Amino acid sequence: MQNSFRLTNYFTNLTSPVRLLITAGFIFICLSSCTTVKEYQKNKLNDSEMILSNRKIEKTELSFLSYREGASGANAGKSGGGCGCN
Amino acid sequence: MKKITLSILALYIGVLAVFSQTKPSSDSAYRQRKLTFAEANIVSSYYSQDGNNSAITGGIGTEKLTDFSNSFSFKLTRVDKKWRKHSFDAELGIDNYTSASSDRIDMKANSSASYNDTRIYPSLNWTMEDDKKGLTWGAGASASREFDYLSFGSQVNVAKKTKNRMGEFGMKLFTYLDNLKLIYPIELRTGAFIPRGDDYPTAARNTFGSTFSYNQIINAQLQISILTDVILQQGYLGLPFHRVYFSDNSVHVEKLPDSRLKTPISIRASYFAGDHLIFRGYYRYYQDDWGMTAHTISLEPVIKPTAFFSVSPFYRFYSQQATKYFAPYQQHTAANTYYTSNFDLSTFTSHFYGAGLRMAPPNGILGWQHLGALELRYGHYSRSNNMQSDIVTLNLTIK
Repeated sequence: MQNSFRLTNYFTNLTSPVRLLITAGFIFICLSSCTTVKEYQKNKLNDSEMILSNRKIEKTELSFLSYREGASGANAGKSGGGCGCN
Repeated sequence: MKKITLSILALYIGVLAVFSQTKPSSDSAYRQRKLTFAEANIVSSYYSQDGNNSAITGGIGTEKLTDFSNSFSFKLTRVDKKWRKHSFDAELGIDNYTSASSDRIDMKANSSASYNDTRIYPSLNWTMEDDKKGLTWGAGASASREFDYLSFGSQVNVAKKTKNRMGEFGMKLFTYLDNLKLIYPIELRTGAFIPRGDDYPTAARNTFGSTFSYNQIINAQLQISILTDVILQQGYLGLPFHRVYFSDNSVHVEKLPDSRLKTPISIRASYFAGDHLIFRGYYRYYQDDWGMTAHTISLEPVIKPTAFFSVSPFYRFYSQQATKYFAPYQQHTAANTYYTSNFDLSTFTSHFYGAGLRMAPPNGILGWQHLGALELRYGHYSRSNNMQSDIVTLNLTIK
């Protein structure tokens, strides 16, 4: 796990413009390699397991994780409401 | 507890009875315009945790907690005259939890009010999809109620597909207006904070947020989603029964700023490798103006021996840098303006791993056609500060 720490530290220690550039570059490479997919070619993309949002079965997991960890949001789930006191 | 169990059982039977009726045929344009049942979901989960850093006892003491959660949701759809698809989702959730640390709010009592509580949270959502224009609109409302907390939420969202329909921009605006009872630890109840029966003073906590997303189909096997939130919370953001012990052993109620701005950003990808394997990946970077930063990364390969059966082991790694207001038991001093000993806001790493199983045979589960899918998922969570938890969830889909 030490390696993953070093990698995240390396990334976060970079200055904001460099981080932004790396992220933008990654997104550009991804998007520029896009191909047009016809409707009849989307059988794999339409598979229920390919969903790009949270599934119903993950709902309680996301709820407890948002209470037990300081970070929340950017996961298409709830980002407020409810106590989570305990 | 007995009442809750019976209520849940009655709801199960009710939902099953309602949705076991024959689905109307949708072979004519006229019938398509009628409101039809799409699916219902029953999600039940049991969560159990233990640790030794409870915020209620100032960062020391048991964190033992159990939560039995149940939710029932159903979806109705109709197509209007302009061939736009309207979906109506309704959900009712009921959680029953027991918390050993909450029992320490009032150390003299055998059992305080929050020791065993029930949370009820209904929600309603509407979505309209205009396939011709590639446009989706939506709105929703929700509520959540437990003994010391009341929350009302609302949201509106819009999404627009790109010209070639390979991408989609989305935006959501949401708000939660919350009200919490100021239940102070027993030894700190003075003046206005002495309750009259169950009548405690209250405080507001409001959340205003926006979500911006972009989904892109890369090719016939790969799609990605980039999502960012801007969330502003205002009001009473601590909890009134969280104790903080200063270095001089004096006890205080947790004190945090009345505003918090959160700005997380995430990327998610789904990749269909070959015919029987899907990889789902997720990364999130989080930061807020309380000095907290966090990284989350998760990977979930889905093995599909057949189209109707899948097994999905998963692993999630999380690392967080503490908020500047955190210090453990007896580390704060009177010089601190804000202070908390809540270990959920401390520096730690966590690992969450487990596996899920999904069955969706074309003839239904056990030959019952209306029971479209069954999912079972187990996960174990461990934090570097010795908090451990387990969660098991069952999801039944009725069609």
